[in-house]
Amino acid sequence: MKDAREERLGWALAFPALGLVALIAVFPVLWTFWESLHLDDLRMPWLGRPFVGWDNYVEVATDARFWSALGRTATFAIVTVALELTGGLVLALMLDRIVRARGIVRTIVILPWAIPTVVAALVWRFIFESPGGLATAALTQLGVAAPTWFAGEFAAWVPLVLADVWKTVPFVALLLLAGLQNIDRSLYEAADVDGAGPWQQFINITLPLLKPALLVAALFRALDAFRVFDVVYVMTGGGPGTATETVAIYTFSTLLQHLRFGYGSALSVIGFALAFAFALGALRLFGAGALRSRDA
Amino acid sequence: MRGRWTFAAGLCTVAIVLPLLWAVLASVTPEERLFTNTSLVPRGLVLDHYRALFAGRDFWTPIRNSLIVAGTTTLLSVALGAVSAYALARLDFRGKTPALAFVLAVSMFPQISIVSPLFLLLRELRLLNTYGGLVLPYLTFSMPLAIWLLVGFFRQLPADLEDAAMVDGASRIRTLWEIVLPLARPALATTAILTFLYSWNEFLFALSFTLGPERYTVPVAIALFRGQYQVPWGEILAGAVVATLPVAVIVFAAQRRIIAGLTSGAVKG
Repeated sequence: MKDAREERLGWALAFPALGLVALIAVFPVLWTFWESLHLDDLRMPWLGRPFVGWDNYVEVATDARFWSALGRTATFAIVTVALELTGGLVLALMLDRIVRARGIVRTIVILPWAIPTVVAALVWRFIFESPGGLATAALTQLGVAAPTWFAGEFAAWVPLVLADVWKTVPFVALLLLAGLQNIDRSLYEAADVDGAGPWQQFINITLPLLKPALLVAALFRALDAFRVFDVVYVMTGGGPGTATETVAIYTFSTLLQHLRFGYGSALSVIGFALAFAFALGALRLFGAGALRSRDA
Repeated sequence: MRGRWTFAAGLCTVAIVLPLLWAVLASVTPEERLFTNTSLVPRGLVLDHYRALFAGRDFWTPIRNSLIVAGTTTLLSVALGAVSAYALARLDFRGKTPALAFVLAVSMFPQISIVSPLFLLLRELRLLNTYGGLVLPYLTFSMPLAIWLLVGFFRQLPADLEDAAMVDGASRIRTLWEIVLPLARPALATTAILTFLYSWNEFLFALSFTLGPERYTVPVAIALFRGQYQVPWGEILAGAVVATLPVAVIVFAAQRRIIAGLTSGAVKG
């Protein structure tokens, strides 16, 4: 019953929001691409804004700082997503089993997800800030020599990863908990009758049935981890040196600290293309069914 | 067996909340003891940091800015998003499925990839360092979120009531206004809560498109606190606690709704 009046009304109602989103989200992406083909240095306005073709992209290809940032971002994404999926799964299994005080426990568990990332980053920075911070003091009391966290090229990653994991495990746990609660309990009862132990039940029932939820959580977390900005900006600013600089941090400083808008736009386009390619690849690999299952 | 799980879950809950408690405690600890006190037992607490925050740093300004920006963003997203989501969920028109895919795709955009054109655009429109210059960018994530959540809700709503109203001769728009929206109140509330939280917490756009303390939002203000000689941890943590208060109140009041909203639609973390 596709009639012309409904067609018109549908677009009339849907358009204001969709048009606005297109105007402020899609149009800027196209503009970023156009801008990336220019030399546009806001500190040197006298140079004008000459068209330079692919020059900025050629510069990115040979920019060691970009490639290191990309490697660090990918490593960060892999490590945090792995930790968050494991931690989230364990937490979800616990939350699924408790009977008392469910409401208050869930409320507390979503707090880290709900608070501003800046706040989480500042709190964890305070805990690790050398030399008198809580983390250092705790390690010292255990008789372990603590590193000067934010001065070490490797050590600086510890608080970063910890803060990100702390902030995100609850969110992953909630997604997985919803998946757990969709599993038909009679499957476990049948397994009990067959004499399967808890570990066997977990491997043969829980994990396979939880796979769609795990994949969705992994996809969304990976996309988020890849654009990580707030935590790094607040905790290390990309330092020491550029040891914790991620793609988003490098792009931001190229744009708004060095005001190299042409080059920064090329970095933005590459970041966007990588995220998009990753999302498309994941969808193709796992099928759109994984995403749709969330509607159920 | 159950007892062990409950114990483990309790332990986890405490571990999760511990850093926040630690921050609250530190925010009322005198500056000179901040880095030497590693006990969770409070003693000699002071409100100095909070006094300094509001008297010395005028923390009301970022709070007001954040409330205005997050509030406006929420209102616009819920109002425009509800109308749009209703059409996408209930009306039959060409291009509906691509439109939904488009909304989902935009919700996955990396924010950083549109910072440069938005900066240039807002500069051109003289909107840098204004409330409008934050609300417009914020709509790029809040509008897709609102549409996605509400489409999911409208689809679950039984169609009978609307059909009955339309048989009685009410127009689509009247049906939407008089039947659907009142029924949708819980979903609208959930959507408003989530868009408000995301807007209140947003950092990158606020950092990029504000130029001075008079327009900083709360996250930008506390991230950029500087002391004369050293990091003013007491005030930073007091600011962090104040920034978290509205969030904590919302979470305690609406935990169920937030979780339902988070797990029903494609929401990012």
